[in-house]
Amino acid sequence: MEPFKMQPFTRLDGVAVALRRDNVDTDQVIPARFLKVARADGLGDTLFHDLRYDSAGRLRGDFPLNDPARKGASVLIGRHNFGVGSSREAAVYALVDYGIRCVVATSFGDIFAGNAVNNGLVAAIVSAEDIEKLLSAVEQTGRAEVDLNEQTIKSGNYVVPFSIDPARKTRLLNGWDDLDLTQQYRSQIEAFAAKDRVARPWAVPVVSGRIANGE
Amino acid sequence: MTQPLTLFDKIWAQHEILKAENGLSLMWIDRHYIHEGSFQGFDKVEARNARVARPDLTFGIADHYVPTARGRVFSDPSLQSMVQQLSDNSKKHGILLMGMDDPRQGIVHVVGPEQGLTLPGLLIVCGDSHTATHGALGAIAIGIGASEVSHVMLTQTFWQKKPKRMRVTVEGQCGAGIGAKDIALSIIAKIGTNGAQGHAVEYAGRAVRALTQEGRLTLCNLAIEAGARTGMVAPDETTFAYVKGRPFAPKGAEFDRAVAVWQQLPSDSDAAFDTEVSLDAAAIAPVVTWGTSPEDTLPIDAAVPDPTTVDDPDKAKQMQGALDYMGLSPRQKLTDIRVDRVFIGSCTNARIEDLRAAAAVLSGRKAKVPGLVSAGSTVVKQQAEQEGLDRIFIAAGLTWGESGCSMCLGINGDIVPPGERCASTTNRNFRGRQGPGARTHLMSPAMVAAAAVNGHLADVRPLLQGRA
Repeated sequence: MEPFKMQPFTRLDGVAVALRRDNVDTDQVIPARFLKVARADGLGDTLFHDLRYDSAGRLRGDFPLNDPARKGASVLIGRHNFGVGSSREAAVYALVDYGIRCVVATSFGDIFAGNAVNNGLVAAIVSAEDIEKLLSAVEQTGRAEVDLNEQTIKSGNYVVPFSIDPARKTRLLNGWDDLDLTQQYRSQIEAFAAKDRVARPWAVPVVSGRIANGE
Repeated sequence: MTQPLTLFDKIWAQHEILKAENGLSLMWIDRHYIHEGSFQGFDKVEARNARVARPDLTFGIADHYVPTARGRVFSDPSLQSMVQQLSDNSKKHGILLMGMDDPRQGIVHVVGPEQGLTLPGLLIVCGDSHTATHGALGAIAIGIGASEVSHVMLTQTFWQKKPKRMRVTVEGQCGAGIGAKDIALSIIAKIGTNGAQGHAVEYAGRAVRALTQEGRLTLCNLAIEAGARTGMVAPDETTFAYVKGRPFAPKGAEFDRAVAVWQQLPSDSDAAFDTEVSLDAAAIAPVVTWGTSPEDTLPIDAAVPDPTTVDDPDKAKQMQGALDYMGLSPRQKLTDIRVDRVFIGSCTNARIEDLRAAAAVLSGRKAKVPGLVSAGSTVVKQQAEQEGLDRIFIAAGLTWGESGCSMCLGINGDIVPPGERCASTTNRNFRGRQGPGARTHLMSPAMVAAAAVNGHLADVRPLLQGRA
């Protein structure tokens, strides 16, 4: 398997879909039974699986993502508090593998938002007033333009600003992996660990007088 | 004068290696707990041809995919391969594994504290959102995703933006039959599932101090359901007594030295919090959830809400959708909701005190519906058997299973069948959480026992009269 490479994100003009639901949990984004699927096999088909398909495996006509006009969507407009619950990064894999590059909501689950940036997915936060405008606009136009540098989303005649943590924005714009940054601080990490080992000797677990698992 | 600090601030400062220009802090990690679901983290490590940096601070525990209802027999080979994969990866990287047949096996958030791996003042991470559980010992414990899991495996660090601080104070005294689960769900009902987003929560107040260590674990376990980054309780004599003598805990003079440091951790009396929330313990009733979000919590004597009374049309539609999914009618009394089965288990409520609380209700009584009891760890299971709790559950008609995550999320094959309604001691009532089409009502172990005895959601308090 090749190491995952982050793709820089600058602008996106694509098909957009509106999902008028609050508190969308990651169990909805990808049901737990798909969590054992390897990333290499692709998780796009599992996205919102139990909302997209009925118990007989037929596409539900009333689920927005199933609208033929929204095929190939790359922007998802949620509502309040998207991506809550389980820490499963597979929720982000499912979105990204499906083709979604930007999710918009008034707030996100903290772990989801962290997972998103690690996979080049923009989690854009807009105000409660603007999310209603965006939902309506996208339902009409079916498209949205996301400009990460300017922090704006445009659909039809509406242009709304969005917020995102500045450090996350920089990473997304450059396609930086966390690890690349961390490796620069290797000597500080080692120095910290050595000092801490003396200051808090009990913090490394010991069993029967010897360090657990130590060689 | 030094600036007064919170419990969270103190532990944060002890683990901050550096703060970068972008405002993110590089944090040292004392414990990394891994489970079968951590395979994606290993895959990323393998993709770099790298090794786990600190196997001595990494601990593997098989919990998510292990069979629980029918002995240790896998219902599907793909589940067995998930457990095997954890064994193979742990062996390859020299990580101590508490695998399926290990006497210390159990749910990671039960086993960590139980084995004395979780200690006050530590920074703990795990690729699981219920990691905040460990904060109950006065630690910072944070759930992370797979990319972060691999980052921790490779560096024993992770990047974090320092969260805001919230204090949830529960003053007063809880009534009889009301416990940590009722307090936790009542907090979520009050502040909502995003009420603590971006915050580290410290639970404080007399009712929190009065909780046992196990009760505090339940309380912190549900911090994520309020959106919190972590939840914690200041370490005190209850904590130190709990930690002392556990297998991996420091011993002798080293323990005493650690306690002296841990005693300095509680928030300074004049420390400031970004957000304060308070609840009156005396006003907390036994609660249950009616909907598909943990914030859909109501006292057991209430009725199902009516979407026509909700102003926001999207919200009303979503509420109606939840009622349709749950098979409920507006204004239906909660005590009129019949259940098809019960589940006692999970990282939230499967410790020995939870099993005792359920057994106290079930003793000498029959359950009207089937159910599964899955102890939080193999150690808890053996303790329960020594106390005869298993015989009480079996005599009541319930199944006494093995330990694991089990029917909380159903990925080991033990699911609630489609359309069935389950009274459950777990943490999430999301659609399909316990299996496709499953309907979940969250409540305390005592309340689940009451639902089992009655065959419908019920107030446990009358069943406790005349019992200890």
